[in-house]
Amino acid sequence: MRDQPSSDKKVIPIAVAAPDAAVPESPTAAMIRTLGLVSAICGLIIVGAYQGTYDAVAANKRIATERAVFKVIPTAKSIAEFIAQPGGGITKVGAGDTAIPPGAVKFFAAYDDAGKLAGIAAEGGAKGYADTVRIMFGYAPECQCVVGIGVVSMRETPGIGDKIITDKDFLANFTALDLKLKADLSALANEVKAVKHGSKTGAWQIDAIAGATITSRAVGKAINDSAQALMPRLVPNLDKLRSKS
Amino acid sequence: MSAAAPQTWDEFMEGVWKQNPTFVMILGMCPTLAVTVSAVNAISMGLATLLVLIASCGLVSMMRKVTPKEVRIAVYIVIIATFVTAVDYAIQAISLALYDALGAFIQLIVVNCIILGRAEAHAAKNPPMPAMINAAGMGVGFTIGLLALGVVREILGAGTLFGITLFGAGFQPWVIMVLPPGGFFVLGGWLLLFSWMARRKQRALTVGSDHA
Repeated sequence: MRDQPSSDKKVIPIAVAAPDAAVPESPTAAMIRTLGLVSAICGLIIVGAYQGTYDAVAANKRIATERAVFKVIPTAKSIAEFIAQPGGGITKVGAGDTAIPPGAVKFFAAYDDAGKLAGIAAEGGAKGYADTVRIMFGYAPECQCVVGIGVVSMRETPGIGDKIITDKDFLANFTALDLKLKADLSALANEVKAVKHGSKTGAWQIDAIAGATITSRAVGKAINDSAQALMPRLVPNLDKLRSKS
Repeated sequence: MSAAAPQTWDEFMEGVWKQNPTFVMILGMCPTLAVTVSAVNAISMGLATLLVLIASCGLVSMMRKVTPKEVRIAVYIVIIATFVTAVDYAIQAISLALYDALGAFIQLIVVNCIILGRAEAHAAKNPPMPAMINAAGMGVGFTIGLLALGVVREILGAGTLFGITLFGAGFQPWVIMVLPPGGFFVLGGWLLLFSWMARRKQRALTVGSDHA
């Protein structure tokens, strides 16, 4: 009979050579020096990139805004940026001036070749299917109506929600969408609203796209919210905007 | 390491073909699936990543002798984030429409594992020239990968290529291809093709060695 292998005969290693013992720790000064050096180099690169691109970025933003306004007011040739103050009254602001006081509404006055007011453009936003749908709408003071819309940004489903920029029947809603104010100029006479496809009865209603009702409603709500805030302050001041200053 | 021509070429081709980040290493899937709805988006994202890769690998390599190992990741990330910020400004200056189309994925190049992986695995151990060549190869490989997805998705999902309409008015776009699931379908298709090719090549080699 053979000896059973007994566990007490196993050699148990008492000490294992530490593998990291050979690599000494780096001195703290070296770490601080390297991090400081890297931060300085990187800071310079970022400042350089910012300064180098600042003018081009600002010009791009201005062109993008102008294009959006020109799209909703086709006769426009130049724009001026204004804000409607919460207490009434309007103030002109410089292009790219983004500091807007709370409660104020930004809008653009668009002028034609002769420097006469061609229309007003304003932005609005409302929750769509995927994210906020931001739109720009053009307002014609003569008919007190919306004469065109464009999308500023949206993340709606391609092929479904994004039909709001291509669907001809839907865009036909915005050739004369009524934005008349009540007699006391306190609010819109009729709330702008998207209604189920085929059930449009009033000039203030938007015939929704079948299958994209949520996105259509967002467009309606965006126009309504923005117009409710802006129009009561804008209409009494329209004469100040008649010609380019 | 001498910069002999064949060696340099190998260094470059490693990322383009043998270790292609998209099709072989399956790295950087987040931008790959998200921005490849059109060929233009794909190529812009690829070029942005390429520039960040080359610049950050070059700087990481130059700093490799003064970078203590304890703080190396912090150093790499600061360097990468710097070049991403610079590229971000550059894209805004070139085209705001493109900037909006790529969205948050430009800033997210910072956390693209391809770049940190290259910095840690290659640039930190090699002189600037080979490091930048290797990074360029990886960047080109990534761009090819994105373009392969972008071209297929744009043709099937929108019926266009680089914005040019390819088919007549009767074409009904296969919309799902430009939606998120389409990214997975097309990526799966490409991976299937590449692994089928690799397997066929391997089989040919085995048969060849049997005869020898």
